Amino acid sequence: MTKPILKPGRKNPQIRTVHPTLPPAYRSRKALGFTVAAAEGRFCLQRCDDCGKLTYPAREACPACLSMNLRWQDVDPAGQLIAETTIRTSTNSYFRERTPWRTGTVMLDAGVSVLAHIHGDVTPQGRVRMIARTDKSGKGVMMALPEKEVENMADDKQLRELTCDPKHRRVLITDGRSDVGQAMARAMVNAGAEIVFVGLAEEWRGFPGQAAMTEIANVEIVPLDVTNTTSVQECAGEIGGKVDILINTAQHTRPGGIMGRRDVVTSRDEMEVNYFGLMRLMQGFGPGMKARGADGVNSACAWVNLLSVYALSNKPDFGSTSASQAAALSLAQCFRAEMAGSGVKVVNAYHGPLEDEWHQPLPPPKVSPNRLAREVTGALQQGLEDIAIGEVAVDVRGRWQEDAGVLEKELTQIEGM
Amino acid sequence: MGRWDNKRQPYDSVVAAVPVSVPYQRFTPDPAHWWLARALGDLLRGAGLHPADIDGFTVSSFTLFPDTAVGLTQHLGLTPRWLDHIPMGGASGVVALRRAARAVQAGDASVVACVAGDANHVDSFRNMLSSFSRFAQDASYPYGAGGPNASFALLTDYYMRKYGATRADFGRIAVAQRANARRYAPALMQEALSLQQYLDARPISDPIHLFDCVMPCAGAEAFLVMRADIAAELGLKTVKILSTIERHNAFPDDPVQDRGGWAMDKDELWDMAGINPDQVDFLQTYDDYPVISMMQFEDLGFCAKGEGPAFVRGHDLEISGSFPHNTSGGQLSVGQAGAAGGFLGLVEAIRQLTGTASDTQVKGAKYGVVSGFGMINYDRGVCSAAAVLAKGSQ
Repeated sequence: MTKPILKPGRKNPQIRTVHPTLPPAYRSRKALGFTVAAAEGRFCLQRCDDCGKLTYPAREACPACLSMNLRWQDVDPAGQLIAETTIRTSTNSYFRERTPWRTGTVMLDAGVSVLAHIHGDVTPQGRVRMIARTDKSGKGVMMALPEKEVENMADDKQLRELTCDPKHRRVLITDGRSDVGQAMARAMVNAGAEIVFVGLAEEWRGFPGQAAMTEIANVEIVPLDVTNTTSVQECAGEIGGKVDILINTAQHTRPGGIMGRRDVVTSRDEMEVNYFGLMRLMQGFGPGMKARGADGVNSACAWVNLLSVYALSNKPDFGSTSASQAAALSLAQCFRAEMAGSGVKVVNAYHGPLEDEWHQPLPPPKVSPNRLAREVTGALQQGLEDIAIGEVAVDVRGRWQEDAGVLEKELTQIEGM
Repeated sequence: MGRWDNKRQPYDSVVAAVPVSVPYQRFTPDPAHWWLARALGDLLRGAGLHPADIDGFTVSSFTLFPDTAVGLTQHLGLTPRWLDHIPMGGASGVVALRRAARAVQAGDASVVACVAGDANHVDSFRNMLSSFSRFAQDASYPYGAGGPNASFALLTDYYMRKYGATRADFGRIAVAQRANARRYAPALMQEALSLQQYLDARPISDPIHLFDCVMPCAGAEAFLVMRADIAAELGLKTVKILSTIERHNAFPDDPVQDRGGWAMDKDELWDMAGINPDQVDFLQTYDDYPVISMMQFEDLGFCAKGEGPAFVRGHDLEISGSFPHNTSGGQLSVGQAGAAGGFLGLVEAIRQLTGTASDTQVKGAKYGVVSGFGMINYDRGVCSAAAVLAKGSQ
């Protein structure tokens, strides 16, 4: 039975902060297909389009018929543990610091045996269900969990290396003025966060929900204006060393594209928040989080970007905002590269139109702030890196993955033609 | 087994000779080239030959990069007309023997120097593991990076559950080998080992404990394969090749490896040799872990599948015992010098059958079997090979 992890005490400044090290990070190009699926939490194996054989590890050709048409496809994650070991010595620094480490061979019901990390509550020879996640190196791995939920399951030492569970962690919500920011703060408190810092620009201006927010014991309002470099630097100086999860809720969304606007004033405001604001946050909080990626139970573990799904492909009636979101996505990719090595996950949560005043003219379905907060919380608890929230985001991202070129043609064609 | 009938030709007029073992060292800064050169030099001096007399050359080494056998010809002053590089780890020795034997038999070469060796620098082992194979990089190294210890722990765990083997059964293999090693001066591990010490050792990757593991080291092994008439002219003591087998990626659908390619080919091995397992005077298995030696007892036909545990309980595996096994101490006690580990048993077998094994000599040894096993590409050893050898030349 997994023991619940305890709330860590105050950090002893005389004790060394554990330096982030990584599990083996190199993968072949084909194997990166598994990582892409793992980032979304999908358990996939290659299946041969021609003969149907399921195969693993990643291959260039089918070992049954030598077809070149292998595709990563979702596979039944049920299986049985048929051999196991507890590794007590490793040649890799990351694992050396974390032994004993349980791994094993799982025979999938789908007919393939695989090596995997094994949850502590899986019984020898027991039934398991597999998950695919990215590990601290950002690469996909498999882990076998008990078939059914068990007590304190998420607190398993090896599983927690794959997840970004808010439990006992300290969270910064960068903008608490919006409904999204407030929903996110409540969700983090409910998920067991030790403290939730909520950023607020222009504190002298009150906001709806302020009283309810300040009443929550674990919430602390902090001055933070993402459009102001000094403000971001001061906030990072104040709390940057104790932010384990950062969720950027600051967004500036306005309808309109190019020629409907006479100048770049509104577009500049969008960029100021959605792009430069993000960059200021990354410059202010990134280095501190990067250094604390292995800092115990409340290590830095996740940076969450809330991105319009139209960052992937422009939606002309919100065309200028889409452009700023595309800029933010590109920056997030750069940030992922710069954070690699820290073990901190950069989570991109794509959402469709929100149920807020700026999307009022759009038809449903739209994403409520509570749903957005709930799904981001779930993604952190599960350790996902790429998620789509809401029907529109799932649909648009699915079409983008299928054929980005076709999606662009669809989104940019004139209505009714 | 295959689609077409297969009539094997005997290895007429070909012999193996001049067993060479360059004493191993735990760590040295010398590169693989040094070890291979030293082995080749000992081989030539032992045979009374000059480099120009060698017209065939085969090399096995993990640490020769960026060179291959090609670079070594220029480096070592050889001008062979037959050249091979065999990257099969623990199966390299038998595979080198059978390839060289056919080349000599067909006249493509007259005298083939078969050499294996590896360096061991302070960080060599970690570097080798982290880039061993694509499947290992993609799908086994990220799971704890336990290396072969973890891979064989899974095989051992599976085997123990399926066939009821105990740690003490594997201990019998390791303890007997240590006793043998104490009669082989170059073995790196010379301290006596009791079954209790074996059982009390610290766990490495459960159920693998310390004395189940080989120690990486530097070293080299070599032998000659040549025309029988040339050997006679040089006055060399020789060994005859009765039969050989080789198999790769056998039983790919077994969920965990509990048998090797020998199980596919053992009938052919004994048919071609014209003897049966009872006539064998000693066995040299590839012993990177005791479980693999036990599998070889079964899969080569010395006992039935699953009877390995009973077999080791019923036999004395020491040099003077009822079933002499890994008579120089095997890799478990001599050390694992990379690809040279794949030659260790074969070179010792040639010593045994030429009556030059000195303190490890099995009295009256006439027939010996050597088997090889290599390359944990992902979750199992892919290569297997074996040879039946006999004393004499014809």
